[in-house]
Amino acid sequence: MHSVIEKTVLAGSISMLKVEAPMVVREAKPGQFVVVRLDEFSERIPLTICDMDKDKGTITMIIQEAGRSTKDLCSLNPGDSIMDVLGPLGNPSQIKKFGTVVMIGGGVGSAELLTVVRALKEAGNRVITILGARNRDLIILEETFRGLADEVIVTTDDGSYGDKGLVTDALANLFKRGEKIDRIICCGPLPMMRAVTETSRPKAIPITVSLNAILLDATGMCGSCRCTVAGKTRFSCVDGPEFDGYQVDFDELLLRNKRFLGEEKKAMDV
Amino acid sequence: MANIPRQKQPCREPSGRSRDFKEVALGFTPEQAVLEAKRCMSCKKKPCCNGCPVGIDIPGFIELIAKRDFAGAARKIKERNNLPAICGRVCPQEIQCEFNCVLAARKEPIAIGALERFVADWEADHPGQGDRVNVAAAVKDRGAKVAVVGAGPAGLTAAADLAKYGYMVTLFESLTSSGGVLRYGIPEFRLPKTILDRETEYVKSLGVEIRYNILIGRTITVEGLFKDGYRAVFIGTGAGLPNFLGIPGENLNGVYSANEFLTRVNLMHAYEFPVYKTPVRIGERVAVVGAGNTAMDCVRVAKRLGAKDAMIIYRRSAREAPARRAEIEHAGEEGIEFRFLTAPLSIEGSDKGEVRSMTCMKMELGEADSSGRRRPLPVKGSEYTMPVDTVIIAIGQGPNPLIPLTTKGINTDPKNGEVVVDKDYMTSMKGVFAGGDITVGEGTVIAAMGAGKRAAAAIDRYLKALT
Repeated sequence: MHSVIEKTVLAGSISMLKVEAPMVVREAKPGQFVVVRLDEFSERIPLTICDMDKDKGTITMIIQEAGRSTKDLCSLNPGDSIMDVLGPLGNPSQIKKFGTVVMIGGGVGSAELLTVVRALKEAGNRVITILGARNRDLIILEETFRGLADEVIVTTDDGSYGDKGLVTDALANLFKRGEKIDRIICCGPLPMMRAVTETSRPKAIPITVSLNAILLDATGMCGSCRCTVAGKTRFSCVDGPEFDGYQVDFDELLLRNKRFLGEEKKAMDV
Repeated sequence: MANIPRQKQPCREPSGRSRDFKEVALGFTPEQAVLEAKRCMSCKKKPCCNGCPVGIDIPGFIELIAKRDFAGAARKIKERNNLPAICGRVCPQEIQCEFNCVLAARKEPIAIGALERFVADWEADHPGQGDRVNVAAAVKDRGAKVAVVGAGPAGLTAAADLAKYGYMVTLFESLTSSGGVLRYGIPEFRLPKTILDRETEYVKSLGVEIRYNILIGRTITVEGLFKDGYRAVFIGTGAGLPNFLGIPGENLNGVYSANEFLTRVNLMHAYEFPVYKTPVRIGERVAVVGAGNTAMDCVRVAKRLGAKDAMIIYRRSAREAPARRAEIEHAGEEGIEFRFLTAPLSIEGSDKGEVRSMTCMKMELGEADSSGRRRPLPVKGSEYTMPVDTVIIAIGQGPNPLIPLTTKGINTDPKNGEVVVDKDYMTSMKGVFAGGDITVGEGTVIAAMGAGKRAAAAIDRYLKALT
């Protein structure tokens, strides 16, 4: 059992949980994730490790209510516990000195950038962070990013905060102002990652996207998380979660991620 | 005793069983078991024993059954086999011990598998009378620490034997419960989870500590295990990423690998959705590609989940199907359709990416190929398209990639990624052993158990030579 140590509600539907996971934290590196199962009846769902405390043996996860299992997790409070936490999983992010790195987070996807921004700064990079969301409430961790990155740009679809527009507009502005960008790292909803990839393609700047396929065992056994990258079937649990954005078949993954929509609705009614 | 016919295990009626997940085969009554045991001629050469990968004294335990000493029979089996209730259910006895039985020549070999199962179940029903002695307490001074990775058939067997040798054994499992493929792969109606839990308890009673939710390679690296004081490591992480056909439409919604489909149902209880929250969706018409035991499990599960039509698609003929005959027969009785000599060409979907149909081609058998089986050849102009809602690909899988991926120094076969081991099951990394489907396994539970057993003996020799 993994006790919830701390809970912060970041927005109406987004919660941050700090959880005891001493075994997970030992080897955890930036960009990795865990699979949690709240209780015997729950699904196994993947969550990014968005912060960790190696001394105290805790990890922090940010969860947005999207279905039954995420809603149940968001309802937890300090003192409650999670039955199973497996990890760290997935290949860690590549951390080295690239030069200038633009890190783009969409909504709750921003959470996944946190450990990576920190590590890339330590490795001597200049980091520009773009945080985008539908509206002001869904912009998370802005202050934390401001304390870490060299520049933080915020965009909202409705203009309720920061620049009105999409993260791709902010990226295009960076291109326009002549910013020499060595790498783009992007995490968020699939349509956003697809759009960022297409915006970047003419510039051919290396781009890494973090895919959120539907996982099951997450240990390289079942093939639920398969996606097409460079025309080949790859498995995001062991080959990913990060892939070269230019090679990802986003359209296919978008459809695949909707494959249990009907069942997800049914589970919400229980 | 030649006048006694081979006893048949009673089975539930197909009409009743094909809509639920309760066990199909019911096991011998004590009277049947004794009758069957009396058929054994106790021949001197014991050819049956040569067919057993874990080396059970088969005539020995059968003789005890004939004398109605069921507790003694249980002890006799457990001298060699830690998991008899499982083996009695899922071993392919017809190509192993029973194949070698002298009575097999008259098509009536002793029903060794059913007898093994009977003894194991009898023991569970009569606590304290069999071998449920506290072996853990018997071993006072435990020796070196040994790590076993993966609580499937190979790992459970290796861990149990290593504990019996007197080592401090920790068994690491990445999932939330024991059994590996025995739990996520084999359905309840063929191997009830209570049986698996019972056998796991026995392994624990030998002194094995099981730690769940630990993925070796990620949570703890193999090097990390040595740093934590383990003197040897056995890797039994089994089969991994599923093979696909490489035909158009395989990533459509409604196409599952056998592993995904079975894991959703067996491990995550999707058949009890939405009480259990992991979904599985199958629709009305389900096509399972392949004809091994896993394919039979998939198609029979699909039927139980409510598929109107559930069928096997296989490019060779019934003769070449690798599944056990009994499984094919059981599937047939439950209304499964078999389309042999049929190869899938493509899967077609809707604009929402959902499976709608599958296009197949008829095949005919040509000359024998390198596997000794007749090669299927396409019949020109025989293509046809049929409506399906779900396609399950059950054509095998590669070894689990995770430990080779995360461990420097463990060599794999460049062709297929299998971990390479020497005759003592040692990998290219000193003190690290491997067996079962992570190596060049034979893909059966009992072969993995045999490898686990021999590897445990090799680890014992290795550790003794070190000191």
